[in-house]
Amino acid sequence: MSFRKTLTMAALAGVVGAGALAPAPAQAQENGQYMPQMVYRTGPYAPNGIPLANGEGDYLRLLNERDGGINGVPILIEECETAYNTDRGVECYEKMKNGGPTGAAQFSPYSTGITYALIERATADQIPIFSMGYGRADASYGKVFEYVFTAPATYWAGADAAIQYIKAEEGGDLSGKKIALVYHDSAYGKEPIATLEHLAGQEGYNLSLFPVPHPGLEQKSTWLKIGRQVRPDWVIMWGWGVMNQTAIKEAAAVGFPMERFIGNWWAGAEPDVRPAGESAIGYKALQFHGVAHDLKVHQDMKTHLYANGKGLADDESQVGEVLYNRGIVNAVISTEAVRTAMDHFGNKPMTGEQVQWGFENLNLTAERLEALGLTGLMSPLSLSCADHEGGGQARIVQWDGEDWRPASDWIVPNRAGFLSEAYEASAMQYANEKGLTPRDCN
Amino acid sequence: MIYREAGQFKTSYARDGGLYPIRQDRYGLIVLLLVAVFAVPMMSEYWLVTIFLPFLVMAVAALGLNILTGYAGQLSLGTGGFMACGAYAAYKLATAFPDLNIVLVFLGAGLVSALVGILFGIPSLRIKGFYLAVATLAAQFFILWLLNKVPWFVNYSPSGVISAPPRAIFGDIYVTGATATPEAKYLFALAVAALLALAAKNLTRCAIGRSWMAIRDMDIAAEIIGIKPMATKLGAFAISSFYCGIAGAMWAFIYTSSVEANAFEISRSFQVLFMVIIGGLGSILGSFLGAAFIVLLPILLKNAPEMVGLSIPVDVIAHIEFMIFGALIIFFLIVEPHGLARLWQIGKEKLRLWPFPY
Amino acid sequence: MSNQLRIALWALGAPVSVGLIGLLISAMPLIDSNFFFTWGYYLEVVTTGLLTGVLYSLVALGFVLIFKASGVFNFSQGAMVLFAALFFVGFMDKWGLHPALAFLLTAGVMILLAMLIERVVLRPLVNQPAIILFMATIGITYFLDGLGQTIWGSDVFTLDIGLPKDPMFLMEGTFEGGVMVNQFDIVAAVAAGAMVIVLAFLFQYTRIGRALRAVADDHQAALSVGIPLKTIWAIVWSVAGIVGLVAGVMWGSKLGVQFSLALVALKALPVLILGGFTSVPGAIVGGLIIGAGEKIAEIFFGGYIGGGIEDWFAYMLAMVFLLFRPQGLFGEKIIERV
Repeated sequence: MSFRKTLTMAALAGVVGAGALAPAPAQAQENGQYMPQMVYRTGPYAPNGIPLANGEGDYLRLLNERDGGINGVPILIEECETAYNTDRGVECYEKMKNGGPTGAAQFSPYSTGITYALIERATADQIPIFSMGYGRADASYGKVFEYVFTAPATYWAGADAAIQYIKAEEGGDLSGKKIALVYHDSAYGKEPIATLEHLAGQEGYNLSLFPVPHPGLEQKSTWLKIGRQVRPDWVIMWGWGVMNQTAIKEAAAVGFPMERFIGNWWAGAEPDVRPAGESAIGYKALQFHGVAHDLKVHQDMKTHLYANGKGLADDESQVGEVLYNRGIVNAVISTEAVRTAMDHFGNKPMTGEQVQWGFENLNLTAERLEALGLTGLMSPLSLSCADHEGGGQARIVQWDGEDWRPASDWIVPNRAGFLSEAYEASAMQYANEKGLTPRDCN
Repeated sequence: MIYREAGQFKTSYARDGGLYPIRQDRYGLIVLLLVAVFAVPMMSEYWLVTIFLPFLVMAVAALGLNILTGYAGQLSLGTGGFMACGAYAAYKLATAFPDLNIVLVFLGAGLVSALVGILFGIPSLRIKGFYLAVATLAAQFFILWLLNKVPWFVNYSPSGVISAPPRAIFGDIYVTGATATPEAKYLFALAVAALLALAAKNLTRCAIGRSWMAIRDMDIAAEIIGIKPMATKLGAFAISSFYCGIAGAMWAFIYTSSVEANAFEISRSFQVLFMVIIGGLGSILGSFLGAAFIVLLPILLKNAPEMVGLSIPVDVIAHIEFMIFGALIIFFLIVEPHGLARLWQIGKEKLRLWPFPY
Repeated sequence: MSNQLRIALWALGAPVSVGLIGLLISAMPLIDSNFFFTWGYYLEVVTTGLLTGVLYSLVALGFVLIFKASGVFNFSQGAMVLFAALFFVGFMDKWGLHPALAFLLTAGVMILLAMLIERVVLRPLVNQPAIILFMATIGITYFLDGLGQTIWGSDVFTLDIGLPKDPMFLMEGTFEGGVMVNQFDIVAAVAAGAMVIVLAFLFQYTRIGRALRAVADDHQAALSVGIPLKTIWAIVWSVAGIVGLVAGVMWGSKLGVQFSLALVALKALPVLILGGFTSVPGAIVGGLIIGAGEKIAEIFFGGYIGGGIEDWFAYMLAMVFLLFRPQGLFGEKIIERV
């Protein structure tokens, strides 16, 4: 190629490129509530990210198709691909935060790393960050984390629920029992350790820790040690992505009983157990929502979206999978927060600040959930200025080779006492480092 | 014609050895800096935060790696590890001494990384080429593991995430933390990057730089003419890690403002290596061009379909983006293996004669 | 030293050193009274490590083949593993083909890919410095990751070709509880071993093999005696692609076929530097040493420093070896002149 040609091409590319770099103003003229979605449909965690994004997106589309939006205000939907990558997530945030007539209603980053990176920015921009079952557990302490919401349950509450379940299974006494935690060696995986250690002191069990380095392709040594040396009574796993399938296979390979192996909610979906085939039968998982395929909300999805070819999932059968349901739950909580805000401020597009008010005054009662067609999928929630977690509940489900079945009743994490003190202590440490004064909630 | 230096007479040795002997270059740089200082901060927050900040941070990291790989010839895949070192050192310094000025914090972070760099540079005395590259991966994995494992590094926070405290450069002009404006962050990052680039440019022109290049071109011959391989190689590792450490501190404090060790995993090291090679090995300008290319290209590819009004699902865009990114790397290597900096140089030669090439 | 003598030395030395390390570790309870050690358990750890090591070798083998024949450090080997596995499982799942047919078809795809890479990437970059070629293979990595996912999607595929999965207990009479071995690992190790033997035959006894070795020794000399360099490169990349396919099938039935599969390349790199970039036996022995070494370190000593040390330990182990032999265990001696 001659030099001149190259130069011309480079110049051309530069001109086109500079234009393309500027984010297209996302549907700026249209009137509606702008609800951006951060998704990861590619990259190492795509198998989990795809159903999550489909569930959330489908529910938002369902509201538009069935009800004409939230309280009559149509929802403007936009997806942005993060690939589970923090800098991409920040880019998505900056690109979308001013979209629509009133800016983004809220962000659900679906990644602990992105959540951490956005907390300060979003607080400064007054846009709620809704980290449902991930992110900072201490953000439940609303006096410090004004714009971050952790409903319905944090990792710390989840760890507590798991121990409660094990205690019930062991007949109410854990002293002398051995419990092992297998965790992804990252910020995410380390979250439950402090809670489990505290409970070990209280309940008298022995806790042994097994970090698995990212990405967790190779866990033979971990499971040899568990299966042949430590031989714990129970194994709890805080895993993510390919680590889960590998762990289940290796646990089966050392003959560890699946009934005594509990994954957390990011280690308890179909992509985690299906590749392990039959060895996964009996594997348990902790969820902060139920398992269901045929609730009213699922049927509505099928009649309003999939019957018209408007659904996001490749196949209708994916409606009702664990992560798809989690996407729905995420969309339900965020849209109900918007609705709460609209009920207060009037039926027009809400700003982030107003949605924050909506989150803090969100009260999802059992009747409301019934009306939304979600009974059995969610436990009631009620958030407040000080409590951004909302008293969600958890339950254990079990894989039978085809589907997840509930294996326990709803468990209420023991938040009074230890957990709420831990939230406050950790949040105050954050406030001190940042030089923040907690707001007054009365 | 544009680059004609006819009529520019140099009357002293100092001027002959100046950084930019050609007047056009000098003026061009001044204009560029003026634009960077005055015009760029007028742009929208999106541009500043998602394009210029990562560009400046990664440019500093690329400078660091270019010193090591481009000038001293030691291939390294441990950049991410050294950046992590800088980020965590800066966090420890900033939280342990709340009154310490942010500039000193960054310098300290760089020095800590430099020490770590020397430590992991020792194998380079015996191992060369790709063997060394893979050996530096040991640094990458070990440093991240250590930062993940020892709670002291993160002030005993349960999740191991560090979050940059707000710090002002002077008075109440905050450059880190939530209260810092994007403009302040950008200008601070620009100042750091510009100063470090100036330092690197001069370093590579003095005796140290010449000995690096001698070692790169043939280490045995260099040793015979009296260049000490140990001091030279370890010096390159130290200075390179100093740059990478500062880049890591900038990443954690200015760009994302909170970070966990995994943000500096192996793919970060590769990203920096791309920048150096696409930009041009052994070129300061190349580090900046490469950083711009690698930071901008994915954002550009991602937003391009929207620009022309196509609505393609995000996952398809992401997949195609991967393919185009890969294909472009190969394309550039085939068209100009010496990188964008070389392309610029050829361009200058042509412009000198244009429009009458013969 | 003659080859036979060397092999005998290794065959004798390896079990002896395993035993000696075992003896050393068995003394650990003297220092730490909680230390858990039985010989049965130690054997179990070593066997598991060796079997895992074979799987690392399988990936490393692809690197070695290409480096040997063309001096290219092919970073895309991991992506090729993923790419091949995606096509294999895609042919089976989405097209409903028989595994054997899917295997052949995928092998065809890999050969096509190799020819394309040779034509589009390698030929224009001939005579460029090694680092440029290395970068080009990173470009190939990105391209393959994107292409594979564009065609087959990013969901996780289950790959089940009917390999046994249950644990098996050996020597139950000698040790309490026996030595537990995973049947799947044994099958995988056998497959990898067969692969190596086939490759060894290919290299040693066929016309193409001789040409390959000639190219590996000296590009220019090979060219001047009439060996078609371009054909040889296409063949080598095809063979590496097929090795990648076998590795992909093995790792894929372990983990499910998904994006993360490409990351197995990172586990193969320490094997590679330990064994030497240019040696097929080196890849095997390196894999065994790394596999057993990292398992022993993690299980017996990882607990003292917080665990999860496998990743960097493998690299450190390789680096320590390198300090004594900078060209790897079996690599060709590097001779430098001014």
